[in-house]
Amino acid sequence: MIKVLKSGLYTTIQDLGRFGYRNQGVPVSGVMDSISASFANALLDNNENDALMEITLKGPQLLFTEATNIIITGAEMSPKLNDDPIFNYRVYLVKNGDILSFGELKKGLRSYLAVQGGILSETVLGSKSFYKDITSQSSLKKNDELSFSMEFQRIENHVSSIKSDDQFYETNCLEVYKGPDFEIFSHDEQNKIISGSYTVSKDNNRMGYQIQEIFVKHSKSILTGPVLPGTVQLTPAGILIILLKDAQTSGGYPRILQLTEKSISILAQKKINDTLEFKIID
Amino acid sequence: MSNFKLTYKQFGESAILVEWPQRISKTILTDIRVFVEKIKKSNIKEILEYNFVYSSLLVVYNNKLVSYDHIKQRLSNLYEMENQTKLSQSSLWHIPVCYDQEFGVDLEFLSKEKKYTIEEIISLHSNTVYTVYGIGFLPGFLYLGGLLNQLHTPRRSIPRLEVPKGAIAIGGSQTGIYPQSTPGGWHIVGRTPISLFNPINIHPCPVSPGDKIKFKIVNKAEFEVIKIAQESEVYNINKELYD
Repeated sequence: MIKVLKSGLYTTIQDLGRFGYRNQGVPVSGVMDSISASFANALLDNNENDALMEITLKGPQLLFTEATNIIITGAEMSPKLNDDPIFNYRVYLVKNGDILSFGELKKGLRSYLAVQGGILSETVLGSKSFYKDITSQSSLKKNDELSFSMEFQRIENHVSSIKSDDQFYETNCLEVYKGPDFEIFSHDEQNKIISGSYTVSKDNNRMGYQIQEIFVKHSKSILTGPVLPGTVQLTPAGILIILLKDAQTSGGYPRILQLTEKSISILAQKKINDTLEFKIID
Repeated sequence: MSNFKLTYKQFGESAILVEWPQRISKTILTDIRVFVEKIKKSNIKEILEYNFVYSSLLVVYNNKLVSYDHIKQRLSNLYEMENQTKLSQSSLWHIPVCYDQEFGVDLEFLSKEKKYTIEEIISLHSNTVYTVYGIGFLPGFLYLGGLLNQLHTPRRSIPRLEVPKGAIAIGGSQTGIYPQSTPGGWHIVGRTPISLFNPINIHPCPVSPGDKIKFKIVNKAEFEVIKIAQESEVYNINKELYD
């Protein structure tokens, strides 16, 4: 079992998401940075969809009451096992009584903590991903207890082979497709949006990221229609909103761009005042 | 059955957006529902999920198994295919609503704004049969069409930080039921004690697009009784078949 001694700023359980319910308005949820999360599960020989802990900005303090293997990927948050610093992308054996804690955020925004066999929290509508009013809690709290598979075996580290792969989010370039409403804007407006340099605003969370800069105000309206994680909406006031994993399934603002899944993972590691630019792909 | 000229658009790496003429229309709604039935029956294994609202349908597919061009062709063939699909009959749901001002906190504002008495507003709102054009925005939120012109009201300039679960509200040309408490800018006219989304059910939202909604006026005492019955899972929402 893992006992939560301190919850951190915003710590949740996530798997790849809740699929098959978008026609009832249920957000897909799931890990924000699927690349880092998939590495964590793969390096523990877990299943791709095993649930792990998504840790945001300020990490929790966790007590393990059983032995298992763990790994941390994604953001670098100066993790420590008891008093010893540990490294991302390496498998560690933890024992009964060990305490995992996090310190200063050095790089990125979201860390993933995976345990062998995955975290065994409640499954609702086919997923363990936390979401308000669907799962019984929306983030981890002090004194929560999480169980995990008891069957573990020592795992060899494969650290050398994946060393370069945690660099993927050290770019500010997001690859995007043209969105379904791209063509309702003039060439001038399209160019302004595509060539702009952007900054992440304080309004950034699992539902979406807002952009600080305003380049194109408009009076174009669309009939409400479906949206996806990664959809970039342009509001009439000119605010760009990039929808993410906990976003609604439909919306009424023009959908001007669409991020790739890789770009969603990159964006998930950005925080307030980080800069972004878009690159159109076909 | 009328066939429309559809537009197919690539929507990112693994989704396709199918658009009907962009307007709110019962004919389009039926056409989308027939198409969705055909898609479900076709058992195209590459299709993962879908949703639609008003006049656009999103289909999410597994891009490891199939390309955009291929899925677009399959969908387009399916749409043009001779239609023998029968839709299951729609339901008319009678949703109990208490319009007491304790719940309908904006009735007085609407009464002044629209120059109707509060009773007239309640009567206009509850005597209409609304059509469900899709589910989205929040889990179990129904996009309803049919709000009478007399009740169309621009949204509040400053949204409320919390609109309670079950609130019945008017925003622009729409009316809706808030399935969860959430921030919102619509004008609140009443509250329903029933829950339109229950995540422990395999079909968490009992209402389907194409169904009809009518609001049934209940008083505060009835509201409380229904609320308790619903919470103890002995309440069934009153519904009937609808042509």
